[in-house]
Amino acid sequence: MRIVINGDDKTFAQGTLSISELLEIENVSQPDQVSVQVNGEFLRSSLYGTIRLKEGDAVDFLYFMGGGR
Amino acid sequence: MRDFSEEELERYSRHILLADVGVEGQDKICAARVLVVGAGGLGSPVAYYLAAAGVGTIGIVDGDVVDLSNLQRQILHGTAEVGVPKVESARRKMAALNPGVQIETWQTMLCAENILDIVAPYDFVIDGTDNFAAKFLINDACVLAKKPYSHGGILRFDGQTMTVKPGESACYACVFHEPPPAGAVPACSSAGVLGAVAGMLGTIQAAEALKFITGAGTPLFDTLLSFNAKTMDFRKTKLKRNPRCRVCGGEGIARLRDYQPPVCDLKG
Ligand SMILES: [Zn+2]
Repeated sequence: MRIVINGDDKTFAQGTLSISELLEIENVSQPDQVSVQVNGEFLRSSLYGTIRLKEGDAVDFLYFMGGGR
Repeated sequence: MRDFSEEELERYSRHILLADVGVEGQDKICAARVLVVGAGGLGSPVAYYLAAAGVGTIGIVDGDVVDLSNLQRQILHGTAEVGVPKVESARRKMAALNPGVQIETWQTMLCAENILDIVAPYDFVIDGTDNFAAKFLINDACVLAKKPYSHGGILRFDGQTMTVKPGESACYACVFHEPPPAGAVPACSSAGVLGAVAGMLGTIQAAEALKFITGAGTPLFDTLLSFNAKTMDFRKTKLKRNPRCRVCGGEGIARLRDYQPPVCDLKG
């Protein structure tokens, strides 16, 4: 299955993936560290386990960055 | 339009030469009022470049004093200023660079109680704070007060920024919803940050403020710009305003509240 992650095409052996599974494969150790956008819509983290990704979906992981001083 | 002196025309000549700025644009810059929240890693380059650019009035908010560990990146402050309030140290550096700008200092931490009064007289706000409680509070206040502002965040070798026009473009809460649970995301104070990364992001925020003021180019509205200084990959993520955003959507917020821990209690 092909998914576009942060603008890059990636192919996965799995035929189906949830957001939680994708986060794990992509080494996002804590889901709380990112905000996830799928095809331009932000998802509530409570849906990460249930939403299934489809071929060609565009997923953005946007990391929280709290620094500035 | 302002009557520029010979000296001002010389000082701002490289702006005036720009077709997208010109005398008209410099006039707008000289009349602008920008608030910089935090006189640290991001606030330093932002405030310094805005002073150099001739932004008429620059407000700086920071409740801290300069610490030796700040000097690796907070370029407004020098070794001689360790122990001096940051707003005071910032004022000296900026006034030395450009005596023509008015500098207003707020030696305080922003909180739900004071932030609306502080942002009210400004045209544009820069978030140069170092914690999520402050970042979300600034977003909420700017949405309520309809102040355009620049979000900035850095960590280790990474930086991110977006420019927000409340009511029109996506706000910080459209993207990040609410602060992450305590401890989920490390802070620069524990994880570190490359000093130059603060400079890279701060100068982007300063450029965004100047673009907004002059109308030159396209600000980072509905766009999160992120970069990693190790690979020098820069990426723009297109964003959409969330119609159900907790802060700027549908019902939205009617009043401010402090996030935990309250900014007033934080030490930078
Ligand atoms: Zn919003």
